[in-house]
Amino acid sequence: MMNSNEIIDDIANKEYEFGFTTDIEMDIAPPGLNEDIIRFISAKKNEPEWLLEWRLKGFAAFKKMQFPKWQHFEMPELDLQALSYYAAPKKKKQLNSLDEVDPELLATFEKLGIPLNEQKALTGVAVDAVFDSVSVATTFKGKLKEMGVIFCSFGEAVQEYPDLVKKYLGTVVPHSDNIFAALNSAVFSDGSFTYIPKGVRCPMELSTYFRINAQNTGQFERTLIVADEGSYVSYLEGCTAPMRDENQLHAAVVELVALDHAEIKYSTVQNWYPGDKDGKGGIYNFVTKRGICKGNASKISWTQVETGSAITWKYPSVILQGDYSEGEFYSVAVVRNKQIADTGTKIHHIGKGTKSRIISKGISAGRGDNSYRGLVAVGPRADNARNFTQCDSLLIGNDCGSHTFPYIESRNKTAMIEHEATTSKIGEDQIFYLNARGIDTEKAVALIVNGYVKEVLNQLPMEFAVEAQKLLSITLEGSVG
Amino acid sequence: MLTIKNLHAEVEGKQILKGINLEIGKGETHAIMGPNGSGKSSLASVLAGRDNYTVTEGEVWFNGKNLLDLSPEDRAREGVFLAFQYPVEIPGVSNLNFLKTALNEIRTYKGLPAIEGRDFLKLTKEKQQLVDFNANLMNRSLNEGFSGGEKKRNEIFQLAMLDPQLAILDETDSGLDIDALRIVSNGVNKLRDAEKSFVVITHYQRLLEYIVPDFVHVLYNGRIIKTGTKELALELEERGYDWLKEELHLKEA
Repeated sequence: MMNSNEIIDDIANKEYEFGFTTDIEMDIAPPGLNEDIIRFISAKKNEPEWLLEWRLKGFAAFKKMQFPKWQHFEMPELDLQALSYYAAPKKKKQLNSLDEVDPELLATFEKLGIPLNEQKALTGVAVDAVFDSVSVATTFKGKLKEMGVIFCSFGEAVQEYPDLVKKYLGTVVPHSDNIFAALNSAVFSDGSFTYIPKGVRCPMELSTYFRINAQNTGQFERTLIVADEGSYVSYLEGCTAPMRDENQLHAAVVELVALDHAEIKYSTVQNWYPGDKDGKGGIYNFVTKRGICKGNASKISWTQVETGSAITWKYPSVILQGDYSEGEFYSVAVVRNKQIADTGTKIHHIGKGTKSRIISKGISAGRGDNSYRGLVAVGPRADNARNFTQCDSLLIGNDCGSHTFPYIESRNKTAMIEHEATTSKIGEDQIFYLNARGIDTEKAVALIVNGYVKEVLNQLPMEFAVEAQKLLSITLEGSVG
Repeated sequence: MLTIKNLHAEVEGKQILKGINLEIGKGETHAIMGPNGSGKSSLASVLAGRDNYTVTEGEVWFNGKNLLDLSPEDRAREGVFLAFQYPVEIPGVSNLNFLKTALNEIRTYKGLPAIEGRDFLKLTKEKQQLVDFNANLMNRSLNEGFSGGEKKRNEIFQLAMLDPQLAILDETDSGLDIDALRIVSNGVNKLRDAEKSFVVITHYQRLLEYIVPDFVHVLYNGRIIKTGTKELALELEERGYDWLKEELHLKEA
């Protein structure tokens, strides 16, 4: 009979499932961050002059900025000059169809459970696969186009739909928003672009899958989603990376724009390499995600399941500009070993009658440290704004940490803001109770945790809710001691 | 069915059980009584496999298997059921989902296929009526916000669902008013049959008026100092435990 300590050891030594590397010929720019590399990236991607200018503005802003000091963890040393800012699988010529994608790449994504072959793909889900700096394939593009839905790599959008990109790029997360957003603006390499035309309900889940492979690179992609009047889209992103001893930086930017009566549902299942049990290696996931409900009665909903990364540091936010618009944030963040998460959301109520709902579930195990940080701001014009926040922490074991930093700023007397918070611990008693009914400890923890996060997982699209549930069970296996 | 031989156990270095001998046959109901701190609940915990107890000596055999070698979950799968004195609350996990998981774990262990959703619902309905358990509580989170009585009744409902061979009721009567006591006891009595054995741990003779035992044992200072039939319980009710303690001291002196 294994005791709990043995189970913990067993699991701590268990390898990260997606830790393999792909051996493929790459175009890699020399390390270093300067104007030349920005011009190099821009030229490589054949970008128009205005975009290069925008990048350079971002770089200028970046140079004036310092790393923040308010976060609840020690800022790791980042040598941004030592990184390479462009890494792409070498390709011989322009790709016209999936058949021309390097088989090694297809095999990689297949191994990750993301078949890019449309016959094999999950029905009802279109995928844009991003490998290091570039998008390697987008499935179901043709089918979507018939309905006027644009779903393609960012680079492609710049070429094919420059007006749309120019109109919305940087309107939600400006080039000077924060140091990582500024860095991203300067050196972003690819990402996804989505446009849903007026009145269209996107017929399938759209999904981006991010994979970091190359060594000593960062991943800086941008996602821009525009939902025109009365449209609806559900979008999902997933991420993995190989196991490497050095830390890698992922500094993405996601911008969402919802016009009148439009709805965007954005879900993330983040499973970047978390580092080993002593905290060596792992991804720094420093991401800026923000959506604006520009139109009246529009809605943006963020759902995130964060299980990976050495450090997760992000606050998917919603600006509720349109009257009667609605913002939601559902989050499960899990830390174990020496992982750190400092995450939460910001909701800005600007329009009248705006509503928001925040459900955050933090789970800390091992020596992990989990912080919820959230801001609910109500402006003077936001009559009858309503917010409900529920912020729960679950502790497993005695060496983990959990913190809550809620900020509320109300400048309107008619606003109603509610905040509820709980902290609980998975007890030996709960485990034993389930044991005594024939349920082993692993299953018992999974049962308790899944019960705890149910409210959030229910928000995910069906196929992914099941995946996320499994991922949580695997992540927390053996965390009880 | 269950044989306990010279069982010694300690918790945090303190000897609690000091040589228990007990033989429980198929279909028998044994009551274990005794003053506070005599080791009654510890015995239940040791049998169920709670890991803060260390068995220092002795053996426990259950249907020919060495029970002490098995993990708590395997003891449950073999057919040992502990009705907890203090059932825990598990938020977010529905009572039914929990029971279905437990039932299927036990079935898998026995090499049976998982139960079909329809059969499961049929079974729940049948058992819920049998032990008179409030149907509204079945879909609620496990014990969350249940009253003391509701929690105890849920233990009996689980007992009915999981259909063990040996059920240990650890002070199931504590905290129950007289009506709840009657309902719980009725439930237990309906579950009694020639195959199933019960160990009923209690402070009070009152419970034994409803659940009439075949044997009554008195546990004192970690040992069984007297065994009798249901009349012994009545005698204890009348005279307390002191005369037994005295008898014991005389014997030891």
